[in-house]
Amino acid sequence: MIKKTLNISSSPHIYKRRSTGDIMRNVVWALLPVVFFSVYSFGLNALLVIATATLASVLTEHFLCKLSKKESTVHDYSAVITGLLLGLTLPPSFPLWMAFVGGVISIALGKYIFGGLGYNVFNPALVARAVLQAAFPVAITTWHPAFLPNRFSTIAESIFTWPFMQPQFDAISGATPLTSFKFDGIVSPTIELAFGLTSGSAGETCAVIIALGGIYLIARNMMSWRTPLAVLLSAFILSGILYLSNSEIYPSPFFMLFSGGLMLGAVFMATDMVASPLTPLGLWIYGGIIGILTIVIRIWSGLPEGVMYSILLANAISPHIDNLVKNRVYGTIKKLNAT
Amino acid sequence: MGLFNFYKNTFKHGIHPPESKGETNDLPIKQFPFAPVIILPLAQHIGAPSQIVVREGQEVHRGELLAKAVGYVSVPLHAPVSGIIQKIANVPTISGKMSLGIYLKTFPSSTQEVLEGKPIDPDTATAEKILQAIQDAGIVGLGGAAFPTHVKLKVPEGKKCETLLINGVECEPYLTTDHRVMLEQENDIFTGIKYLLKATGAKKAIIGIEANKQDAADHLAKHIPKELPVSIKVLPVKYPQGAEKMLVTSILNKEVPSKGLPIDVGAVVINVATTAEIGRLLPHGRGIQERVITITGHGVKKKGNYLIPVGTPLRFVLDYVGVEEEISEVYMGGPMMGVAVSNLDISIVKGTSGILVFTGEDVGKSSQIYPCIKCGACLDACPIMLNPSKLGILAKFEAYDEMASDNNLMDCFECGSCTYVCPSHIPLVQYFRLAKRVVRKREAEKKEKIND
Repeated sequence: MIKKTLNISSSPHIYKRRSTGDIMRNVVWALLPVVFFSVYSFGLNALLVIATATLASVLTEHFLCKLSKKESTVHDYSAVITGLLLGLTLPPSFPLWMAFVGGVISIALGKYIFGGLGYNVFNPALVARAVLQAAFPVAITTWHPAFLPNRFSTIAESIFTWPFMQPQFDAISGATPLTSFKFDGIVSPTIELAFGLTSGSAGETCAVIIALGGIYLIARNMMSWRTPLAVLLSAFILSGILYLSNSEIYPSPFFMLFSGGLMLGAVFMATDMVASPLTPLGLWIYGGIIGILTIVIRIWSGLPEGVMYSILLANAISPHIDNLVKNRVYGTIKKLNAT
Repeated sequence: MGLFNFYKNTFKHGIHPPESKGETNDLPIKQFPFAPVIILPLAQHIGAPSQIVVREGQEVHRGELLAKAVGYVSVPLHAPVSGIIQKIANVPTISGKMSLGIYLKTFPSSTQEVLEGKPIDPDTATAEKILQAIQDAGIVGLGGAAFPTHVKLKVPEGKKCETLLINGVECEPYLTTDHRVMLEQENDIFTGIKYLLKATGAKKAIIGIEANKQDAADHLAKHIPKELPVSIKVLPVKYPQGAEKMLVTSILNKEVPSKGLPIDVGAVVINVATTAEIGRLLPHGRGIQERVITITGHGVKKKGNYLIPVGTPLRFVLDYVGVEEEISEVYMGGPMMGVAVSNLDISIVKGTSGILVFTGEDVGKSSQIYPCIKCGACLDACPIMLNPSKLGILAKFEAYDEMASDNNLMDCFECGSCTYVCPSHIPLVQYFRLAKRVVRKREAEKKEKIND
């Protein structure tokens, strides 16, 4: 005789065993090689900057949850991703207090103010980076050379700048491939860019490792392949057309693809699910806008790099793309109905 | 078929849940014992409940008419066992509501011979006569919907049925009912098809079977009678291919129009077990008394495919097959669209295709619901190509009218694929079920107002 009380629930009664936490955790796995390479090429400086930004993001998330008397959402890993991404977009010798401020801003202004996970309009890490760029224009454009022999034993002076003090940068400071191109017209060899032998933001330099992280996530069906492909393809095509029209002024499309933050942005930032459209066609349009804008900013504006602004702008119009581009619902073709 | 659809043997989107059919798909159909008391609700089908034609204390023979159809969208009910009408009263049903029904006490010593009726000859009978016979036999869709089969078969004025699709897909995980029927009742199936071709006027019949039942496809292919225009199409395994619209798309490469029926593209879809039932009952003029049901899940000791009399109480069924101590949920139907049972005193009805008993560990539900992260998994799952993510957000704001008017809510047939894939565990299809009910109610109220 069965005496047990039965549970009841609405169907379906089985579920795919993959949670939002699983996806987020895998993004962290995919980012770790990027972090390792960053530390390998820039040494302790990069480690400190990335760790500080991540710590600030996580602490802010925890604190804000407690403040609004909710259960802490730190365990869903999204704050870790935001912090890591912010750290990876900063110059390796960026003052730690500024990185900390960035981490706080990313969660507080980038995410929490909109209602937390799932409601952010923009990529939170990029919101923070945009604020830092406006607030500390010098610090965020002062680059640290890669592969210094003493990178694992010494720490740049600027790292430990007191809050609200002017950072002192070391005499040796590197130029990124994009700044050399913009201001001196020097085009770095593509092979150096692909394997991260150049200077740049802490995590943007090695295109190959970033791409591998993306392939891992796409293979595990945790990221749309359309967005990164659309970004890279559109950037490649536009810069390719320009290069073919005049190869004296315009750099090769391969240079454009592998330099600066394009790869990191295409794979890990533009793909922020919350801030990008839902439909396949919508993703192509969104990615296309990012790729084209990046090239336009890089070539015709006063800034050497445009990935951040391109993604933020595309984030802003993403809800509108969703409203304009809808899937065709099954059974709604007039032609088919007239059988 | 135009620029916009490139269907390759299957419909777009859908999901691949674990099939979980291995424990029962090799087990032959076994006759289930007769319960001491049979409980028969009158509303076992979609449409008007049937009307009782027997009185308390009356002795009835197995197969005898107990309740007659009321109007066109209704079917009669026959005695599943020989016995005595104990009580005519409200009986518990799966919805939780009580509804009028019959308590039938089984004669323990009866041989349970089935009453013979007037046979229908498929070669000479007219379409009208076959449809009438199908209604008289009390046949409803045995796949689970329990919609009166004769209504579905009736080709409306001005439409033509080109193809009869026999649905042997059985895309619900765990269930192996149709699989066994196809392996063991091929003659009934082909006889049934004969009747159905005549009734619909279709030129040919196609049996759709998913690739995980290749043995059934081979078995049927071997036994197709020479004169019968039947072919078999093996389809890739994907849920919810057994849904009418999806099956039409998979086999015929056509889309059933929104709010339309398969007949709008020249097809009628009938479940394979229903077909076999027609083929078994009509040559004897009998009414439906029993059906094949898969009883499975980790909570069941004697798993299997059983031929169970309609009206057998669920408690009797579970006591007979034996259940584990730690069972936590019992479902009628498959795990994707089946209904959770709250009361074991309900009984097997014509539409019951499976009984699934889960223990605590099977219930893979996470209590934690995360916010929607717009990952788009639900869009890739929805076979109707809706935007469940957006519908879910609208449902949260109770914007039901906007869900229906701008976002095709009413096209949702509640397959549950969106909820299955959602990494944030948002109960999307549950929201939509509620929203559809509200919208239907509001529409009905609007109509009433206009009529006033």
